[in-house]
Amino acid sequence: MGTAIAFWILAVVVVVAALGVIVQKNVFRVALALIVCLVAVAGLYVLLSADFLAAAQILIYVGAISVVIILAIMLTQQFAHGSPPNRLRLPALLVSAVLLALLVFAVLATHWNTVDAPPASPTTAVLAEKLFGGNGFILPLEISAVLILSVVIGAIVMAREK
Amino acid sequence: MIGLPHFLVLAAVLFCIGLYGALTRRNAIVILICIELMLNAVNIALAAFSRYVTPVALTGQVFVIFIMVVAAAEVAVGLAIIISIYRNRETVNADKIDLMKW
Repeated sequence: MGTAIAFWILAVVVVVAALGVIVQKNVFRVALALIVCLVAVAGLYVLLSADFLAAAQILIYVGAISVVIILAIMLTQQFAHGSPPNRLRLPALLVSAVLLALLVFAVLATHWNTVDAPPASPTTAVLAEKLFGGNGFILPLEISAVLILSVVIGAIVMAREK
Repeated sequence: MIGLPHFLVLAAVLFCIGLYGALTRRNAIVILICIELMLNAVNIALAAFSRYVTPVALTGQVFVIFIMVVAAAEVAVGLAIIISIYRNRETVNADKIDLMKW
């Protein structure tokens, strides 16, 4: 019962914040609506008993990505121009609505093979075993380290003064 | 009783809102923000599958971690490109950035 109430509250917050992202004119308010949405998604992770994901969501998205986005908004000084929509508004609305209808239909028409087993708790030990264990995801993990390094170098090279 | 379809429908709604925003906004930074919304929708779906289909193996949560890494990389490079474009052309309006358009 408490789970259901928490889910509906978080779902409403997520959807309203996402709508705020696409209807707000002021770019700064768009970023603030995005932060509200990201915090609510972290709450959803808690509901899904994904404790590590909730912490990572807060640390990476709310802590780092939103700060970088707000910094970029301040550096580009486009508050005055806002975020006007382009001419594709009607076709985009049509495409999004049709895609949403298709996705909801597919989700509701499919019979999902759900398992009733209690979830792993805490998840950190299992995730560490998956990421660093023998036949887990150790190779993608190392590749993502290389990716992060190249991203740091690339971002510095592109954003610095010539 | 909240089940897997609830989370999947919520993820679909969030994804489509992000798609609409990414298609219609002119400000390049807002387009990046909308792409973040879409990535978060996918993360919700993966975490929900992980919770309800493989509650003990948690493979879906590992995928979410990798998506977070790639999303952080995408934002860093994307914003560096936008700042570089702003320095050269004094605008972040995606309609005015048409150097490579025929």
